[in-house]
Amino acid sequence: MNDTLAGWLQVLALIGALALSYRPLGDYLARILTSAKHLRAERLIYRLGGVDGDADQRWIGYLRSVLAFSLVSVLFLYGFMRLQNHLLLSIGMQAVAPDLSFNTAVSFVTNTNWQSYSGESTMGHLVQMAGLAVQNFVSAAVGIAVVTALIRGFTRKKTDRVGNFWVDLTRIVLRVLLPLSFVLALVLVANGVIENFHAVHSISTIAGDSQSLTGGPVASQEAIKELGTNGGGFYNANSAHPFENPNAFTNWLEIYLLLVIGFALPRTFGRMVGDNRQGYAVVAVMGLIWAASVAVVTFNELHSVSSAAGHAAGGMMEGKEQRFGVWASALFAVSTTLTSCGAVDSFHDSYTPGGGGMTIFNMMLGEIAPGGTGSGLYGILVLAIVAVFIAGLMVGRTPEYLGKKLRGREIKFASLYILTTPAIVLVGSGIAMALPGERAAMANHGAHGFSEVLYAFTSAANNNGSAFAGLSANTVWYNTALGLAMLLGRFLPMVFVLALAGSLASQQPVPVTAGTLPTHRPQFVGLLTGVILIVVGLTYFPALALGPLAEGLQ
Amino acid sequence: MHLTLVEPPSSPEETPQTPQEPHRVSGGLLDPRQLITSLPEAVRKLNPRVMVKNPVMFVVAVGALLTTLSAIKDPSIFAWVIAAWLWLTAVFANLSEAVAEGRGKAQAETLRRTKTDTVARRLLDWRPGLTTLSEEEVPATRLQLEDLVVVEAGQIIPGDGDVVEGVASVDESAITGESAPVIRESGGDRSAVTGGTKVLSDRIVVQITSKPGETFIDRMIALVEGAARQKTPNEIALNILLASLTVVFLLAVVTLQPFAIYAHAEQTIVVLVALVVALIPTTIGALLSAIGIAGMDRLVQRNVLAMSGRAVEAAGDVNTLLLDKTGTITFGNRQAAEFLPVEGVSVEDLADAAQLSSLADETPEGRSVVVLATEKYGRRERHQGELGNAEFVPFTAQTRMSGVDLTEGGLTRRVRKGAASAVTAWAERNGGDAAGEVRSIVDGISGSGGTPLVVAERRGGRAKVLGVIHLKDVVKPGIRERFAELRKMGIKTVMITGDNPLTARAIAEEAGVDDFLAEATPEDKMALIKREQAGGKLVAMTGDGTNDAPALAQADVGVAMNTGTSAAKEAGNMVDLDSNPTKLIEIVEIGKQLLITRGALTTFSIANDVAKYFAIIPAMFATAYPGLNKLNIMHLHSPLSAISSAIIFNALIIVALIPLSLRGVRYRPSSAAALLSRNIWIYGLGGLVLPFLGIKLIDLAVQFIPGLR
Repeated sequence: MNDTLAGWLQVLALIGALALSYRPLGDYLARILTSAKHLRAERLIYRLGGVDGDADQRWIGYLRSVLAFSLVSVLFLYGFMRLQNHLLLSIGMQAVAPDLSFNTAVSFVTNTNWQSYSGESTMGHLVQMAGLAVQNFVSAAVGIAVVTALIRGFTRKKTDRVGNFWVDLTRIVLRVLLPLSFVLALVLVANGVIENFHAVHSISTIAGDSQSLTGGPVASQEAIKELGTNGGGFYNANSAHPFENPNAFTNWLEIYLLLVIGFALPRTFGRMVGDNRQGYAVVAVMGLIWAASVAVVTFNELHSVSSAAGHAAGGMMEGKEQRFGVWASALFAVSTTLTSCGAVDSFHDSYTPGGGGMTIFNMMLGEIAPGGTGSGLYGILVLAIVAVFIAGLMVGRTPEYLGKKLRGREIKFASLYILTTPAIVLVGSGIAMALPGERAAMANHGAHGFSEVLYAFTSAANNNGSAFAGLSANTVWYNTALGLAMLLGRFLPMVFVLALAGSLASQQPVPVTAGTLPTHRPQFVGLLTGVILIVVGLTYFPALALGPLAEGLQ
Repeated sequence: MHLTLVEPPSSPEETPQTPQEPHRVSGGLLDPRQLITSLPEAVRKLNPRVMVKNPVMFVVAVGALLTTLSAIKDPSIFAWVIAAWLWLTAVFANLSEAVAEGRGKAQAETLRRTKTDTVARRLLDWRPGLTTLSEEEVPATRLQLEDLVVVEAGQIIPGDGDVVEGVASVDESAITGESAPVIRESGGDRSAVTGGTKVLSDRIVVQITSKPGETFIDRMIALVEGAARQKTPNEIALNILLASLTVVFLLAVVTLQPFAIYAHAEQTIVVLVALVVALIPTTIGALLSAIGIAGMDRLVQRNVLAMSGRAVEAAGDVNTLLLDKTGTITFGNRQAAEFLPVEGVSVEDLADAAQLSSLADETPEGRSVVVLATEKYGRRERHQGELGNAEFVPFTAQTRMSGVDLTEGGLTRRVRKGAASAVTAWAERNGGDAAGEVRSIVDGISGSGGTPLVVAERRGGRAKVLGVIHLKDVVKPGIRERFAELRKMGIKTVMITGDNPLTARAIAEEAGVDDFLAEATPEDKMALIKREQAGGKLVAMTGDGTNDAPALAQADVGVAMNTGTSAAKEAGNMVDLDSNPTKLIEIVEIGKQLLITRGALTTFSIANDVAKYFAIIPAMFATAYPGLNKLNIMHLHSPLSAISSAIIFNALIIVALIPLSLRGVRYRPSSAAALLSRNIWIYGLGGLVLPFLGIKLIDLAVQFIPGLR
């Protein structure tokens, strides 16, 4: 089988598998998020936490719970890393430096999983398992909880209640993420991913050097790393490391896992708003952008190669694993940058300007195709609101989406949402580029060096967490700046989304008539795609021109 | 349901509408001279305190100031060109607003001339029936609520109020532009008078219903001048979106400088400002307020006064239209539709008799019988005078019939026409037999919602029933198509009538309305409105009577007829000076057109940015990264000419679009999906392509300016 055929088969198998899971997973999520019944285990948790599982919260209460939960998580994780040398299973690791602890704690709580450190030489097993892996579950669940509140804003009428955060969080973790991760961890183990409590092994290589290999509970963390679009690797090399991602099948499976919830949530949305066609429209936009991006990156990595070595290898193989090849690496790179996952099985820094630039652009889109668990859907719904607003005016009515009117209040929150991330990315990169010391952290000069900085802030603010590599980001300045970018990039949008949810829920729905803009047709799919591309394109075009474009158009 | 059809001011028959043709809501034309005359006002509006209300244009003005300072410090032709065109951009934006306001100002001037500074004759003590009155003279502006004034022929009514005594003919041309006088009388629904109008005959006592300074004319002046203009909810929402886009682009450009310095391509203030202005949505930002003013203005041109822009917007959102049957769906009166003879009588004979019997009948029904007989049944046109010995028998409430007695050659021919029971009884009394056949015809007509009039005649001896005239409500031509269009727009029509359900259903079916409310009382109407609103629908209605006032207030769009009571006018949020209920449909279309114009120009404005990037980005950075020259797909002459061309285009497009923003974009009633496709193609794609051409053309010209080579 040649590479091209194998590549096509992988892509098609992936699309097929995602299509197959769309309905069952989406319906299941909708069911557990709307059910009135609690499991016995859940009731126990509510009793222990002093939560009334049947009492819905106002949007502000929901937000307060999200923020309180996340704050406690950051503090806990920070303390954990600072004190890890005093704890069990530290396998000899020292306490983590304050700025790195802050950066890492924020990174995992915000579902970003930006890593300024090498996991195998920094974190003990207990921190990995009880600290970081726990956040992999709950941070993913927080995203789904927030989008659930937003969907309830559309489905409910004349109420100030948008659901109960603690119930949503508990159900998503207990009924979705834990069981799925458990099964999938076993599948990964069966395919060669390691799962043990070994400390550092020193081995002698054939060349005569000595090499340190850290063992650990990898598979259990690997499944949720992908499923929850976290992306924080046990090892520095992330999914390029053979212990995390040993072969072509595990690679394919990891791509599937990091996409599956994101692509199934539109179904949940369609289900909950009582019109599955709305879900199809949203998933169509996500799918279109994803497919186009896969095509661009794969084409560039195969054909836009400038070096003789690249031509000999049949594609840009620098920074890619031989066992995956160009096709699978490109597929992984696109999927991980479009989902806010940020796991990598190859180094985006080494991609062709077209391919690498596309991975930046993917993140700049705001992680919406399909985006992070939950955050992707609420991101695209906010953009849909903006698209409906402009298009709705053009049909001569006060714009309305799913029966809810889009007036000053709704547009205010939607505008603030789309304003937040670009502001963080541009201001962050701007400051970094204005400081001589921070510029020196770049491994390359010229346009490529700038791309590294732009990538770092884009990745942090969009909660992606993948690194372009090349940038030495483990400095006090970068750890702090990127930590702040992650915090603001995660929680400010959540504030606006929940406020939007509250505002929508309080409305009396407008009946659908022939004069209502239909939001389930190909027309709307085209419109939303266009608005996303133009709004993002216009925002970042100057910055992209000085980075990837300058590099690529030489 | 009271619907007072006033005598002359354009009763529905006299304003023939032609809805059969594809119509379009149009606005007045823009006179190019208006651009020139409004220029001083546009410059005056550069006042920072005025500019700051429009964030997009405020940024432009600040940018213009920065470039001017920069041009003074480091003079160059390029800097001065950019500075000049940025100021022009701001002036053009103000110009659009000034032109839009200017049209209203002219109208306000006319109104102000009629505004009363008359002396009012205030009554000190008045009770109904009192004849000797003591009065004092006070300036009209000092009149308070509830004051009573007396107005006699030739005097100007000093304030808005209700006639509490007397009847008078009033010249309301100052407000409606209609010169024929109208009758105003105490009690009923024709009691409202407006300050500034003139009593032509008789004497009335008026109770003042408006506070000083808040009279109808005061409000009209404020409205057409735009002084009372507040931003509408939708305008606010759009402004928020535009402001946030402005912030995004500001950030994108401000942060660009460190990137540029790193790339050894530091940019001047002039270039950075030019980039910001090119990117922020100046086109829509400049025209937004003109679009809103022009929307109100389009209503004023149709003699509709909207009390707020909010009401105009709500009109575009309406889901349900409550339409009065009489005057809106049907002509005001029943008309003869056909003659149905009994067996043995020819239809011509029946028509002949019917015509004779109606010659002296001046009621609309009677006239319609004559018209039907001559036009449809080819009877010779006859006049009362040509019948030698004719004695006309007028209609009375007792006989319930009318007719004529003709004596020709000693033979008397008596023709009678009237209510079925009365005429058949007359025929039987005169020896005729009212056949059962007549009854079945009569029942058939009643069953279909029509009104039967039986015609009988007596020549010499026995009387004979000739047949039946079918009178029915005549649905206005084209109204059915109009309702079909409304349905396509997603608007439900409900006919309101005092008729019984049977009659109502027949007319509803013929007119093609979606629903009807028969035997409607004000309470029924109110309940209907509340029911629709509970389902999230917006309701529009017209009304004129005092008992309509609560429903008018409850409806989202309540259009009061100018002939109506002051209570009704106070309750509604629009007043139709022509008192033409059909206009409700036009009001809805104007509301929609207003929103569409905003959306279309927003789309156009954002789409424009793509071309501007392709002009400016290579101009800024091609020296540092020559590869970026590949983005210069327009092959613009030089970096300086490229940036200048983008800025000049940006300014000129505002002027070019002023007529469109005042006129509103073309609107044809159709489904939302069809409308969207059409507008995206025109304004989205057009907005993408047009600036490429425009900037290229401007570049071809400016490349000859020495400093821009």
